[in-house]
Amino acid sequence: MNLKKHLPYLYFVAVVVFSQMLLSLVGMEYFLTQITVTFYYGILIMGLAVLMGYAGQISLGHSGFFAIGGYTAALLTTYNLLPLIEKKSSLALLLTNLGMTVTQTNVYGKTVCYLQPLAAFAIAILLTLAISLLIAIPVLRLKGHYLAMATLGFGIIIEKIVTGTKALGEADGLAEVPAFKLFAGLEISAKADIKVSNYYIAAGILLIGLILIFNLIRSRTGRALRSLHGGDDSAGAMGINPYRYKVIAFVLSAVLASISGFFLTHYNGGIGPSEASIMKSIRYVAIVAVGGMANIWGTLTMCVILNFLSLRGYFGSYDDAVFGTILILIMLFAPNGIAGLGGGLFREKIKYFINKFKKQDSK
Amino acid sequence: MEFSYYLQYLFSGLTNGSIYAILAIGFIIIYNSTGIINFAQGEFVMLGGMIAITLTNGININLPDFLKDTVFFFLNSSHLQIKLPLFFSVILSVLITGFIGSFIYIFLLRWIKKATVLRMIIITIGVSIVIKEIALLLWGEKVKALPYFVGNEVTSIQIFGAFISPQVLWVIGISVLIVIILNLYFHLTLQGKAMSACSANLTGANLVGINSKKMITRSFFISAALGALAGCITSPITQTQYNIGSPLAIKGFTVAILGGLGNTTGAVYAGLILGIIESFSINFIPVVYRDVIAIFILLVILVIKPSGLFGKKNVSALKEF
Repeated sequence: MNLKKHLPYLYFVAVVVFSQMLLSLVGMEYFLTQITVTFYYGILIMGLAVLMGYAGQISLGHSGFFAIGGYTAALLTTYNLLPLIEKKSSLALLLTNLGMTVTQTNVYGKTVCYLQPLAAFAIAILLTLAISLLIAIPVLRLKGHYLAMATLGFGIIIEKIVTGTKALGEADGLAEVPAFKLFAGLEISAKADIKVSNYYIAAGILLIGLILIFNLIRSRTGRALRSLHGGDDSAGAMGINPYRYKVIAFVLSAVLASISGFFLTHYNGGIGPSEASIMKSIRYVAIVAVGGMANIWGTLTMCVILNFLSLRGYFGSYDDAVFGTILILIMLFAPNGIAGLGGGLFREKIKYFINKFKKQDSK
Repeated sequence: MEFSYYLQYLFSGLTNGSIYAILAIGFIIIYNSTGIINFAQGEFVMLGGMIAITLTNGININLPDFLKDTVFFFLNSSHLQIKLPLFFSVILSVLITGFIGSFIYIFLLRWIKKATVLRMIIITIGVSIVIKEIALLLWGEKVKALPYFVGNEVTSIQIFGAFISPQVLWVIGISVLIVIILNLYFHLTLQGKAMSACSANLTGANLVGINSKKMITRSFFISAALGALAGCITSPITQTQYNIGSPLAIKGFTVAILGGLGNTTGAVYAGLILGIIESFSINFIPVVYRDVIAIFILLVILVIKPSGLFGKKNVSALKEF
């Protein structure tokens, strides 16, 4: 086993465990709830980092994909199938026979029949795949940054649909989403007594995502994506089809966004239209930009820090303004992210001093 | 349905369409000279409307105590109020927004060396957010509107049985005027020709002694000012709110693409087409989804013919799509 390759994951686990123990020790376990949420956002951020940092494309519609995942989860797991089954609808019967439905008694003592969260998960991913391909295939064939405009348009459409459709709860969103039951009695939900276990579940899901992403980056596909950032022409000269890999990167990041929305909706027990807003998409872009785009660990760190500060309400009503300002400042002064800025300056300084000493010596 | 209804829809379509056309021209002017798609273009419309509304309603300025006596002596009132007539506030608002546009270029884009388009675009996205948030802070969430240029909400002119607000005629008239003046400017004046030269070939323009940075600053000024003017003339009909920017930007961009990016005449036709399609769509789909049409058209045109309906083939071959 190549230990050096796997060392970062061990660091990640160590930091996660250490933070939990520290917070529990100090008696600030309530912070864990927000950190759990930031971990789920982290799944989306990873995908966007691949799209922006490697494929060099920008998406302003990732909150739309997030909303597709979230709303599919919320709608399908709270939609009562019982009337359909009584009407002998073939689709509902098929789902029941496949064991994809759960029949239970709700708080009002009424028997209801919902779709299994796992089935909803599959549907959400398929839906995201279809929609992202529909956007990517025509738009990415063009040069320039048409994807930015097309995804912005897509984001606005989703926002309008979500706030304008009655079945999706309009401005109120959907609530009472059941917990996502995992093996051995573990479940994803924000109940206070399972705060710690949920923190570890989120970290675990994120870790799986991270391992998959890093494997992808180290693979042939990853190297092809990396070559895209240098320019389409040079990548093409190496026998790489830039169009194909851009589509792969876009679809991958869209699916990750959808997964992130799916889990977060189960965790929060609901979703509202604010999750589908354009501002959220721009916030994700800002986070990836601050983290240094192609730097997955950097973007993940910034995702946890910035989202945590925002969720705890440290930015107050200036939330959106803060992210807009961050976006401008980072792009102006540190296009390689905060880590790039520190490293660059530090190296420059060291070089400067070395040169100075050399000159003094020669005198 | 009667003929007059169609006419009513047609005029409402033309009104919106001319605004989209002006927005698209704003996009094109900046795109031509820099290759940047300016995401903050829609915010200029909002700023133009908001500044003009503030100026017509009057701003009260709180003076420091030592100035109060002097001011009282001259004006016979203890506080200073700036309140302009409609015409001047529109002019001033257009100028202020124009300067904001050129400042954005000077302070945020001009000095970056080796800037990639991705970086520039992200900066304009950030600018649009910050402008929107500042507007929210200054003017709040309230929907505001300028007074009608002539008459009021209920004044209407009857044309072939359709009732049309005089403001609609103002919008269409001013838009036509803008297109004519811009065409004259780009084709007849030395400054305009220099600007066209920058858009054709930046290095070439630099070589023949054109200060391209100055020209790009100017193009940001013009494009922001155009947006502001559009915001002022439509404000009485469509109202102004802090968040009207991004949907308008999308539509302006759609029109710019539809007209063949870089082609102002094409943009005018495309704008009118989109406006008319939107206004007639009310018969077929709910109003909530009206904004979706433009985006749908954008996606379709990107698939079928990215050079636009009115783009010339040999011109578009030289451009990056």
